[in-house]
Amino acid sequence: MIWAYLYSIVFYASCGVTVVATLLMISRHNAVHALLYLIVSSLSLAIIFYLLGAAFAAALEVIVYAGAVMILFVFVVMMLNQGQRSAALEAAWLPARGWIIPSILAFILLTLLLLGMNSEHPLQPYGVHGVAVKDVGIALFGPYVLVVELASFLLLSGLIGAFHIARKMPSPMDQNTLDEAGNG
Amino acid sequence: MDPLVNSLLNVVLILLCVVFGAALLTWLERRLLGIWQDRYGPNRVGPFGTLQIVADMIKLLMKQDWVPPFADRLVFIVAPAFAMFVVVAAFAVIPMAPGVGIVDLNIGLLFFLAMTSLGVYAVMFGAYASDNKYAMLGGLRAAAQMVSYEVFMGLSLMGVVMLAGTFNLRELVLAQVDGWFIGPQIIGFFIFFMAGIAESHRTPFDLPEAEHELTAGFHTEYSGMKFAMFFIGEYVSVLMSAAMITVLFFGGWLGPHWLPPLAWFLLKTITLVLLMILIRGSLPRPRYDQLMAFGWKFMLPLSLLNLVITGALILI
Amino acid sequence: MQQKTGLVHRGYIVWDYFYSNIVTLVKVASHTFTKADTVEYPEQMPYLAPRFRGRIVLTRDPTGEERCVACNLCASACPTDCISLQKTEDESGRWSAEYFRINFSRCVFCGLCEEACPTYAIQLTQDFELAEYDRQSLVYEKQHLLIDGPGKHPDYNFYEMCGKAVSGRAKGAGSQEAQPVNIKSLLP
Repeated sequence: MIWAYLYSIVFYASCGVTVVATLLMISRHNAVHALLYLIVSSLSLAIIFYLLGAAFAAALEVIVYAGAVMILFVFVVMMLNQGQRSAALEAAWLPARGWIIPSILAFILLTLLLLGMNSEHPLQPYGVHGVAVKDVGIALFGPYVLVVELASFLLLSGLIGAFHIARKMPSPMDQNTLDEAGNG
Repeated sequence: MDPLVNSLLNVVLILLCVVFGAALLTWLERRLLGIWQDRYGPNRVGPFGTLQIVADMIKLLMKQDWVPPFADRLVFIVAPAFAMFVVVAAFAVIPMAPGVGIVDLNIGLLFFLAMTSLGVYAVMFGAYASDNKYAMLGGLRAAAQMVSYEVFMGLSLMGVVMLAGTFNLRELVLAQVDGWFIGPQIIGFFIFFMAGIAESHRTPFDLPEAEHELTAGFHTEYSGMKFAMFFIGEYVSVLMSAAMITVLFFGGWLGPHWLPPLAWFLLKTITLVLLMILIRGSLPRPRYDQLMAFGWKFMLPLSLLNLVITGALILI
Repeated sequence: MQQKTGLVHRGYIVWDYFYSNIVTLVKVASHTFTKADTVEYPEQMPYLAPRFRGRIVLTRDPTGEERCVACNLCASACPTDCISLQKTEDESGRWSAEYFRINFSRCVFCGLCEEACPTYAIQLTQDFELAEYDRQSLVYEKQHLLIDGPGKHPDYNFYEMCGKAVSGRAKGAGSQEAQPVNIKSLLP
């Protein structure tokens, strides 16, 4: 009966989609195509989250990452509209020896991953029992309240910074009209 | 009946109803706009012009399906399909009546929000792939507008979630047995209604496709069925907003027993759709900075205020 | 003038946006019950003014002869150059058009040809239903343009008025015409 294996089929299919989409994302030359694959990868990641019982995390993955962060990326890419010239520039910026240190770091991570998978006690998917929204809320405002507060401070400082940057500077002309209006 | 067959039947019937309902909505809207502008609207094809949609469909199918040579082919083709997919997928979680509805997700409301937030991509990628100035401007406007209106769209719903204590839409409806949420959440309703119009980018929030400035905005280069996908997608999302408001604020299928539950649901949804068409027929389009200022300086504080007041009242 | 800030500005937004918008909504909704202004055209013909300018025709004298004398004034008055014709002369001395062609796909129905015409031959009528599937069918030749009647000026006959001798009528035989001066005579 295929339905018994449905869970596994969906899980491995979305895993495969994630990996392939991520690889394609890295290898695409066109920035918008790369973003498209990044979005696909984060969507399939959301499905994996959902299958692992973290429905809330899955929804947030879609709403926040796919729905808001990626849009800003696309926005910027669309505005810059990179062409052939910028591709050539980029090639000049990235010489072969620039890859050495990232490759070493990535190799270490890969080794760790392989070790983790090959040990006597393989890494179990965490929380298969399902995490309800209520649990997330209680966890956020219980044991992790300090982290939440710190993150909110960070966001607040970001907000203030953005407000400062976007503040309308009174130009000399505005000043004149204001003065005139005040006198009259 | 076998539950599998039952659920498949549900899926197919609801999908058909949604798509044909949206197609019929294009006729209804043109008729109503006509009536409100002292005209008749399309009244020639079939009884009262109802077959106009068939005529339109034939026309769109017969049209040349043109992909501009300068367009990004892959993205250009995917974008309209995605536009349609997202809104139809969001319909999956809407409970129409006891036993009618496709899935009963625990995070139904979040799923709806996720799908609406993905809706921007269709517009943006369509705009990008067209490689056209008007489309570009429309896409940028759409991105900014939809991202900002999503913020308080989600926030406005949190009051309802607090009152009901669940993200499950079916339970949300059942929580309204004692009284619809429109009473305690009137501000939330107002904000969600506005945001729903903005998300489906219809007048007065139709800046992404403002035809007086941007030809047709993000779908300038689209024709034939690809255009129809965007077009019908817009009407499906109108239906979806109306259905969602019905579920969240007007008690879904609840109502006196002299009508079946599904009829109550449809009645409320259609009334809300009519209200949306009335708004389209009467309100002017704001300037772009006015739209943004309205969103961030008025709607967002209002929705936060609503949230704080609701929370305080629940605690008391 | 003080810059509007804070609550005043907000109050302004609330008042201006919402009150006026709600008034608009109510007003538009009240139009549900007003009568449509539409004239449902094929079933219900619209009112056409007596001077309505529609399809162009060439009229005839009360005697049944063509009025057009192929003077080309209409063609030269035409702002879109849609009239073209060629003069010919029959054995009696009457001038007429060898061919007379109006391209209605260019005509703007301005009526200047009618004003220019010295013989009341070319006239604009009340007919405006000129749609064709083939653009070429909008080019009307003389046989399409000619009608049997005298049109708007039923009693007018150009050769009665003009003083040109044609066969069957010498100079001076017209109704409003004096006899030509006899240059051989000394009598006044």
